[in-house]
Amino acid sequence: MADQNLGENDEPLLVAKSLSKSFGRIAACRDVSFSLYPGEVLAIVGESGSGKSTLLQMLSGQLAASAGHVSYRMRDGVTRDLATLGEAERRLLFRTDWGFVHQDPAQGLRMAVSAGANVGERLMAVGWNHYGRLRETASDWLTRVEIDIARIDDAPRTYSGGMRQRLQIARNLVTEPRLVFMDEPTGGLDVSVQARLLDLLRSLVAELHLAVIIVTHDLAVARLLSHRVMVMKGGLVIETGLTDQVLDDPREPYTQLLVSSILPP
Amino acid sequence: MTAMIDVADAQKTFTMHLQGGVELPVVSGVTFQVNPGECVVLSGPSGAGKSSILKMIFGNYRCDSGRIGIHHRGAVVDLATAEPRQVLNIRRSTIGYVSQFLRAVPRVATIDVVAEPLIVNGMSRTDAQARAGELLHRLNIPERLWQLPPATFSGGEQQRVNIARGFISDLPILLLDEPTASLDAANRAVVVDLVAEKKRQGVAMVAIVHDDEIRHLIADRIVDVTSFAAAA
Amino acid sequence: MNAPAYNFAYLDEQTKRMIRRAILKAIAIPGYQVPFASREMPMPYGWGTGGVQVTAAILGPQDVLKVIDQGSDDTTNAISIRKFFAKTAGVATTTATDEATVVQTRHRIPETALNANQVLVYQVPIPEPLRFLEPRETETRRMHALAEYGLMHVKLYEDIARFGHIATAYAYPVKVNARYVMDPSPTPKFDNPKMDNCPALQLFGAGREKRIYAIPPYTQVVSLDFEDHPFEPYRFNAPCALCGAENSYLDEIVTDDKGGRMFVCSDTDYCEGRQAAGHHGALSAAPYKEKAQEASNG
Repeated sequence: MADQNLGENDEPLLVAKSLSKSFGRIAACRDVSFSLYPGEVLAIVGESGSGKSTLLQMLSGQLAASAGHVSYRMRDGVTRDLATLGEAERRLLFRTDWGFVHQDPAQGLRMAVSAGANVGERLMAVGWNHYGRLRETASDWLTRVEIDIARIDDAPRTYSGGMRQRLQIARNLVTEPRLVFMDEPTGGLDVSVQARLLDLLRSLVAELHLAVIIVTHDLAVARLLSHRVMVMKGGLVIETGLTDQVLDDPREPYTQLLVSSILPP
Repeated sequence: MTAMIDVADAQKTFTMHLQGGVELPVVSGVTFQVNPGECVVLSGPSGAGKSSILKMIFGNYRCDSGRIGIHHRGAVVDLATAEPRQVLNIRRSTIGYVSQFLRAVPRVATIDVVAEPLIVNGMSRTDAQARAGELLHRLNIPERLWQLPPATFSGGEQQRVNIARGFISDLPILLLDEPTASLDAANRAVVVDLVAEKKRQGVAMVAIVHDDEIRHLIADRIVDVTSFAAAA
Repeated sequence: MNAPAYNFAYLDEQTKRMIRRAILKAIAIPGYQVPFASREMPMPYGWGTGGVQVTAAILGPQDVLKVIDQGSDDTTNAISIRKFFAKTAGVATTTATDEATVVQTRHRIPETALNANQVLVYQVPIPEPLRFLEPRETETRRMHALAEYGLMHVKLYEDIARFGHIATAYAYPVKVNARYVMDPSPTPKFDNPKMDNCPALQLFGAGREKRIYAIPPYTQVVSLDFEDHPFEPYRFNAPCALCGAENSYLDEIVTDDKGGRMFVCSDTDYCEGRQAAGHHGALSAAPYKEKAQEASNG
């Protein structure tokens, strides 16, 4: 089919090819392939042990794949195999062009350091050396994630769970990454707090044209945030497609089970 | 004239794995075309598969076989086999869907909910809001509500917000799933007018309407879905 | 040297060689922390075991040793280390900065400018400048290797956010030779400018943490800061009460239990030298007179 109908930006940002990971005799993740385009939100759903977190770690270069590879189109337009990046390049990528939002904010934040410094750290790491500008940028971002700037000098350990998660998002987005990985970003939050966070994520993703790979076991999160969904079971991707298509017209027995297990709203 | 929608021999069966793999045929042999400026109304009793056909044309339900040709940016794309990204592109710039229910967008002002499809396609916020205001006005949503999120509105008001959102854009194809279901006479008349305007602009529409009177007013052609009933 | 029960300068020659190799590597990579097999010394950790091992490894029979603690030649720590080397190496000792060839120090750099024939040995408690923000050694090493020093500015940012200025007054981080960020040991930031382009070799020994690092002579040492909050060495608003020095580092001395206090040079040798040369501070009369009398009697 003629591809003239596709979006303006036709080159994928990230391509996974036949990714597999075994731990001893256990295959945690088997033969996963997909392409992610700029501005696209992909949800990886499945229950605990389905391999989705292992996959996320491989995609974000934190875990070496047993087979297959991941390539990423860098800011200079050159597509590179992640395995060939030097550690310095990989770490630079991780704190500039990528973001990673952890389920547990304590893993993604410096809990004893003020919110302002948490947001400013990535900028300082790339050489920002002006306190006034750092503070101004941090204030802007706190406002964008709906944190009262009166709290800028407080450490996140004095924050509520929802605020911590929003701070983690600000800390990641301050360098205007093109790709953000999220690992159960709403896990462990109250329902009302979750709704606010999802809503915020939705608008930020659209506004900043972010590509996102989000791992979640919550189909409501997948429906609200993602364009496309991959359903994983036993290390395999068993079904993939447009999010509303997979959730409204699931084909695989396991996907039907997942969808039918949601409580009605 | 090239048809905007060209459905050919489309078939859909649900396999209910949780019920021991029961096969639930929905429709088969669905074949019809919709031309620009034409409104085709699907008719048939409840459960005949009208909504399913609409969802197949929107790419929300998958086709098991057959073809759903959509005229998209000067070419014909088969939605039954299109990549997810392509489907999203088609939805952004070609096919609009107006359902009875507003998928609540929490915390966003009504005026912005309505203006969003225009902004997504590149219109400035001010212009988009001006057009949204016009449409809300026509649909009798009082201006004092425009800055509030629609989640707290009554069912009828939410439906009218949804209609405004669906009709605001200049998409060449619109799918209408009972757009007048719980509207009063005055607002039903507004919807009829809106459909007529869209026809004049050359928009191809497929609608499901239960109200005989409305159906009469908007339908150029009626496609009886019972003829596509899958042999059970 | 009375009893030859000890090898020259206490440590055996193999150990000295091992330490010298570490020192050479440290000089070759300015500011880089070189691990070394720190030995048990006949004094507790925290009393300068790192500095003592470095001194023992570089000391020769012709050297003249000066030891200071917080600038002072006559505190317990300074005296015992000085005596330790007088006994185990038989080297000459001095309190005069310009006579010494090796100066071991805790927390200060002498006010008298050092020269190219001198080595300054620092006693260091915690060599890792990133430690307070990053507890993992594996991670801090990687950060040094990749020159990822954003975290250092996080610390300075926190200072300004909390106090309105960079409040770090000692152990103020520096960048050595435009590459490694280094903790200058708990010297006051007042002394940081003296490290820059210093003619003397500067060696740092951390006994408990088993690290040696160095600043070779005439190496650039820059104190970290922000463009809009530049590094400022500490300034005192009164001269030394004894010698009247305007730009030396002062200690506060409590003189009675009624709130009486005086501020005097922490560098005792410098202060005494100035007084001997006839400089006076506001409270200098009495002590200087005694000394002058002693001198004339002797």
